[in-house]
Amino acid sequence: MTCKEFLAQLTDYFDGKLAADLEAEVRTHMGKCGHCEVVVNTTRKTIEVYRNNEVYEISPSLRERLCAAIMSKCKGKKPGCSSEE
Amino acid sequence: MHPDVALVARVRDGDTQAFEQLVRQYDRQVFRIAQHITQNREDAEDIVQDAFLKAYEKLDQFQGNSKFSTWLIRIAVNESLMRLRKRKNARTVSMDEDVQTDEGFIPRDFADWSPNPEQQFGQSELADILRKTIQGLPEGFRSVFVLRDVENLSTEETAEMLGLSVPAVKSRLLRARLQLRERLSRHFKQAKGAPEK
Repeated sequence: MTCKEFLAQLTDYFDGKLAADLEAEVRTHMGKCGHCEVVVNTTRKTIEVYRNNEVYEISPSLRERLCAAIMSKCKGKKPGCSSEE
Repeated sequence: MHPDVALVARVRDGDTQAFEQLVRQYDRQVFRIAQHITQNREDAEDIVQDAFLKAYEKLDQFQGNSKFSTWLIRIAVNESLMRLRKRKNARTVSMDEDVQTDEGFIPRDFADWSPNPEQQFGQSELADILRKTIQGLPEGFRSVFVLRDVENLSTEETAEMLGLSVPAVKSRLLRARLQLRERLSRHFKQAKGAPEK
């Protein structure tokens, strides 16, 4: 397996969707290729760091304001009445 | 049964407090998705309001086949894409914009990171790095990455929401991940040791 072929399998590898023989090939390649091993580890870390850290904070006061605006717009409306419009 | 199902049933029975509970549960997520897709704070604030209002009005269309959160995210993504198109002022905008169709992205930086590189930054500094890094991605890559990796939706759900094929989502996800990795490497690698010569 070449590095390019390895990269092509990366998404399915992360998703655990590779067939057993292909996954074995991927693991063998990683064991032999330091560069691809680093790419896998740092890509996994990239996903983790975005998943675990809030990039766009929303302040408590903004949350309150938005919630109040939403609830006031819903007032007097029946839920699920779009089909009547 | 998912607790949201009971909340939705209460909303349908006219309990607005139950809806408020749903708003408070998912407002951060809707805001985050809207901000990532539109890259505009005012739009994101409007989208939070519009998405929840639409969800309330269309609650009769929620079948319960999917999770309430997935249904809500679908509405939020639609609203976000509509805003984006509006803001770009009738320019043809599709998820294909800025997305190269060539072979893809080849990693160049092979320096390893420390086990927890993010701990070397303060929370706001880290958020700044992550924000600037993801903002540099083409729109079509960013949306796929956010829905798949940040919001943890399936490839199929992401494809459906963005109007893309499953192979297109997979290919964009790979390139988005590799590009983000490459850009983050600059920060995380430098933080680990001495600057490169």
